[in-house]
Amino acid sequence: MNENKVSSNRNNQIKIKVCMIKKPLLLESRNITKSFGSFIANDQINFDIFEGEIHGLLGENGAGKSTFVKMVYGLLEPSEGAFFWNSKKISIKGPQEARNIGIGMVFQHFTLFPTLTVIENIQLALSEKISSPELRETIIKKSAEFGITVDPDIYVRDLSVGEQQRVEVLRCLLQNPKLLIMDEPTSVLTPQESEQLFRVLKKLSKTGCSILFISHKLREVKELTQRATILRRGCVIDTVASSEVSTEQLAKMMVGSDPQNVKPKSVVNSDDYLVRISGLNRPADNPFAAPLEDISLSVKAGQIIGVAGIAGNGQSELMEALTGEWRSTATVDVFNAFGTDIRNYSAHERRQLGIGFLPEERHGHSAVTNMKLTENTLLTHHNNPVIQKFAIVQNETLENLTDEIVHNFDVRTPFQNPLASSLSGGNLQKFVVGREIIKKPRVFFVAQPTWGVDIGATKFIRNALIDLANNGCGIIVISQDLEELFELSDEICVLFRGKLSESMPLKELDSEKIGMLMGGEFSPHFQRGQ
Amino acid sequence: MIDALILTILMTSVPLILAATGELVVERSGVLNLGLEGMMLMGAVSAFALTYTSGSLLVGLLAGVISGCLTAAIFGFFVLGLATNQVATGLALTIFGTGLSGLIGSDFVGKAVTGLPILFPESFSNIPFIGVFFALDIIAYLSVLIVFIVWIFLFKTKYGLILRASGISHTSSHSLGYKVLTVRWCAVLFGGMMAGLAGAYLPLMLTPHWSEGMTSGRGWIALALVVFASWMPSRIIYGAVLFGAITIMQLAGQARGWTIPPQFLSSLPYIATIFVLVLISSRGSAKYLAPSDLTRPFIASK
Repeated sequence: MNENKVSSNRNNQIKIKVCMIKKPLLLESRNITKSFGSFIANDQINFDIFEGEIHGLLGENGAGKSTFVKMVYGLLEPSEGAFFWNSKKISIKGPQEARNIGIGMVFQHFTLFPTLTVIENIQLALSEKISSPELRETIIKKSAEFGITVDPDIYVRDLSVGEQQRVEVLRCLLQNPKLLIMDEPTSVLTPQESEQLFRVLKKLSKTGCSILFISHKLREVKELTQRATILRRGCVIDTVASSEVSTEQLAKMMVGSDPQNVKPKSVVNSDDYLVRISGLNRPADNPFAAPLEDISLSVKAGQIIGVAGIAGNGQSELMEALTGEWRSTATVDVFNAFGTDIRNYSAHERRQLGIGFLPEERHGHSAVTNMKLTENTLLTHHNNPVIQKFAIVQNETLENLTDEIVHNFDVRTPFQNPLASSLSGGNLQKFVVGREIIKKPRVFFVAQPTWGVDIGATKFIRNALIDLANNGCGIIVISQDLEELFELSDEICVLFRGKLSESMPLKELDSEKIGMLMGGEFSPHFQRGQ
Repeated sequence: MIDALILTILMTSVPLILAATGELVVERSGVLNLGLEGMMLMGAVSAFALTYTSGSLLVGLLAGVISGCLTAAIFGFFVLGLATNQVATGLALTIFGTGLSGLIGSDFVGKAVTGLPILFPESFSNIPFIGVFFALDIIAYLSVLIVFIVWIFLFKTKYGLILRASGISHTSSHSLGYKVLTVRWCAVLFGGMMAGLAGAYLPLMLTPHWSEGMTSGRGWIALALVVFASWMPSRIIYGAVLFGAITIMQLAGQARGWTIPPQFLSSLPYIATIFVLVLISSRGSAKYLAPSDLTRPFIASK
């Protein structure tokens, strides 16, 4: 083949660090630069991927990974530089063109239409005319081939996040892509779903399709990819063979320095319970909700209680009961904070007592994305007499407070006081965590504090939580991240199908034991100390 | 007697069907055009003026369609070209259309034209019970055909799927490579044409003369009808007949000296719409019925 000859010539010219790969180059970028105004998102990116290779693109939030792949997929135009496809120079004008030459992409935020069926969603992405019955057959055949089962006639809104991603992947596969781009695919998946995805991707790469796998999770990149390119602040740091570097080395390249370690948690020496909950029952209010049954949960001053469990076992229902978004005196026996019965307290009244909350969803729940940071600060600080005098908001004080949060919690903003939506996920999370912590709450309820947040920010947030607890605050952390719970908690309990296990001291636990509990292996067989 | 009443109800529902079907397509693409009343008035005055001066009903109908389309183009320029707020722009369009149509029509007040002929021979309409359905003009039959075609288009063709997709999520549509603004422009112009045709029906058929503000809220009823039909074309037909019946009852009631205040009857279509909204939202699936990106302006990143 002529094309192969040309590209193999090129291979000789290019310094290849990995000798084991002798396949022809599929895509190459030379000096790709993308600037938004004065901000340079991608600076002189040189990158290449071979046919059938799984190539990792590694970097923290805001390192420029998404910007780069959006240019490959034609959604953004490079300011400088060029792409080469099979050694021929190309310019990709739009996603349609990208798909025509054989590039498919699975987005981090899915590009599915929830109120359309699976088959309609897939139809939208295919350029050739194909009748619905024919397409249904193809979908069933293809999904069987890769072991991803999806019902073609179901509405996408009725699928779980993991299933939705399968639809996205399937939609790309049906276009028989030569290059598949996966933008942070595992950030929304459970470990089991990730495993399944990896099997699909490995199978796919064996058929000759190249995969560009974007992630900030080091273990995944090492497990799945052959080579990895590390980006930091818009520049390529290095391209390495994944099997030849350690995760520590990768982390160092990604962050630029050794990532901070999480400091040790000091021992709880208080016997005062700040919050006591028992007999909390909550009937399910829709078919997808988990009913909460007889939940008991207490936290002492200076203590961090971790609530583990797989998503969908009642985490959001429990969080709503803690924050006061859902409240009941009829089905809850005890919910005391600082000796006060707060069963009937609204979220606002609970805040006034000195309880802080941080719900899981950053966009729209813990922060209003279309508001500026100062306005988001005001949302939970408006009771502060320094901020509000005679019902008038003191703008200068508010700005100073916002600056203090931004500064103390290392929130990186593109300019002074931007909209919350213009911050990357990790930075917005640091901001909302900071906004609550700076109020010095006596009790803090937090769900998924580091979900989708990069390593640097994760360690930062965990340290901030430990500092808060060491200063006497009682914290309940609801998280699906076991590593997080082991780093933070004094005691861990597990939520399974709306039932909460007893909380067990950290030293009595290991991940195997927790894993059993997460699968429902507790009471009556599991008692403390057994 | 009853036949005459049914006939009036059917004829009253024709402009509602036309305008609502157009608006349904617009809203399915993600745009809310509250200027329906304005576009209908522009269609009405142009149709009447040109029929009167040219003596040709066909010229008049065409003029109605074209002027509805042009009025919609003004809306499109602001809402799609400049990404302005759709609610505010739509309201402004209604005020604009009301004023401009009054100005254009001032010379035509009190004049009369001959309306559209009945499509079928008169003997058909003497058939007992169903005869009334053969006593309508061509536009009435056309309106039902259009609803059918729109249904086929939206739910059986790829282009219809693309249109619905851009109303559900314009960002997803854009990343799949579809031209969201082009889709929405087509929908807005189609909506304008339908509103213009609906407007033209009023002075050419329903009441063969022109008077200022003669739509008398039919644009708003058509808007309510789209919600009432929960964005499904077929439901527009029976919704329109229902709303048409309520409108006619109000007139008939007045003539017969019913004790129900006419103001109450004229508020019934809106009460019915609210009732339907409550009904569908209590089933918890309301958010899935409306196009989720409705009224959200689309700006492509470069």
